[in-house]
Amino acid sequence: MQKYSGFGLLKHALTYHENWQRVWRNPKPKKKYDVIIVGGGGHGLATAFYLAKVHNITNVAVVEKGYLGGGNTARNTTIVRSNYLWDEAALLYEHAMKLWEGMSQELNYNVMFSQRGVLNLGHTLQDMRDIQRRVNANRLNGIDSEALDTRGVQEIVPILDCSSNARYPILGASWQPRAGVARHDAVAWGYARAADAMGVDLLQQCEVDDIITEDGAAVGVSTKQHGVIYGDRIGCVVAGNSGVLAKMAGFQLPIESHPLQALVSEPIRPILDTVVMSNQVHGYISQSDKGDLVIGAGIDGYNGYGQRGSYPTVEHTLQAIVEMFPMFSRVRMNRQWGGIVDTCPDACPIISDTPVENLFFNCGWGTGGFKATPGSGHVFAATLARGEANELAKPFSMFRFHNGALVDEHGAAGVAH
Amino acid sequence: MFYIFCPYCGEHREEEEFHPKGQAHLARPENPDDCTDEEWGNFLYFRSNPRGLHHEMWVHAIGCRKFFNVTRDTLTYEIKETYRMGESPQVTQPSDAHTSNFRQSSEATS
Repeated sequence: MQKYSGFGLLKHALTYHENWQRVWRNPKPKKKYDVIIVGGGGHGLATAFYLAKVHNITNVAVVEKGYLGGGNTARNTTIVRSNYLWDEAALLYEHAMKLWEGMSQELNYNVMFSQRGVLNLGHTLQDMRDIQRRVNANRLNGIDSEALDTRGVQEIVPILDCSSNARYPILGASWQPRAGVARHDAVAWGYARAADAMGVDLLQQCEVDDIITEDGAAVGVSTKQHGVIYGDRIGCVVAGNSGVLAKMAGFQLPIESHPLQALVSEPIRPILDTVVMSNQVHGYISQSDKGDLVIGAGIDGYNGYGQRGSYPTVEHTLQAIVEMFPMFSRVRMNRQWGGIVDTCPDACPIISDTPVENLFFNCGWGTGGFKATPGSGHVFAATLARGEANELAKPFSMFRFHNGALVDEHGAAGVAH
Repeated sequence: MFYIFCPYCGEHREEEEFHPKGQAHLARPENPDDCTDEEWGNFLYFRSNPRGLHHEMWVHAIGCRKFFNVTRDTLTYEIKETYRMGESPQVTQPSDAHTSNFRQSSEATS
């Protein structure tokens, strides 16, 4: 792998940038791998990378039906934070946060991780009590978190409408300074490049149409383009399509797939240097390095696989943004899209073994998976390497929906994703 | 954006009048106390989540406020039919595992 550096950039400038090496190979699939990862998004590629790097398992294939990082990795609003309420979730997301902090160096790929801070606004007394509780819980878990009052919020974001005349006046916020945003595509590309360099086969345009089982154990996948590929262990990291793969293997998941929409405005001059989220009016916003405002909110409530949603959801999202930032009412929106998110009843992921032996699922990240990309890959790689759940992954077994040990982030933390 | 026919109002109305309420025809176990944890967990949380034909409940929240069922394609979003609670869908896919869950299918089709 050619190392990227400032010097390399200069060197290639002398030859008009015509001699850059291909970023990854386009290999022919082998008959058999130690581990097959289904799904070449951020989480799947991170899993492959950590399998090779941490566990020294390089006979790995990542099977992707489209192109790398073309699903939700390319469709999210790029927010990274770790201020979750419950210990299990907080430790998992904080594990990811620590990996984010060293990621560009580790991958030798600039993922443009910008720790510009995230505000979670409170608009009611109950919001403020919940924020106080969550901030205290975060600090006990060693996560940077502060509770701010209205004035503190206004100091950080002068253009936010903090007046008492607002329909939903801002009473304060939680503030995580280490949180921020990252360049989502670069995360997938960086992991792909580093994994490929260690020998992982990235098989694009290779769609799985069945999971092959023998005596209750998974032994391989059948693909449309390359026939059957065998694997000792199979990890599925397919977000919205998890239910479809589970059905192939003969079981159901406690997951429903929903469209989640996002949109960006026309590019404008730098005006917002942090991330603002509000659960109460339900919208979140940041400004990309290009200058467009990146905006998102909640899911469309119905099941869907169509990678698009309904217009009223977009309208409600923008109502929330204009409620918080009246000055944005005249900004024109440029593009709008949808991704399919796999939502779990307790708004926490599933990193788990399954009723089928040697078949593992990493799914259920719902609306908040991007922030967890490195941590998710790291713990899922450990799970696949050992064949049993990693310590951080243990609370996220799919069987928690049988024994009742849910990690109820949804109701308790009241966090918008 | 959906334009949904409410089988109780007998009219098409816009999506905003309705709320989706998840998979239809889930039969609550007759005696929850007799269920194993697995059976009860399956009833509460595990869903078919099909990519294709889906039978789901909606409620006409800002209309008659009644629940009814919709058969819809989750890939194309095309609504195939709407029908009242207690009725059976006309559009079905025999391969769908969840069709065996229909509480009233035996009475309604016989």
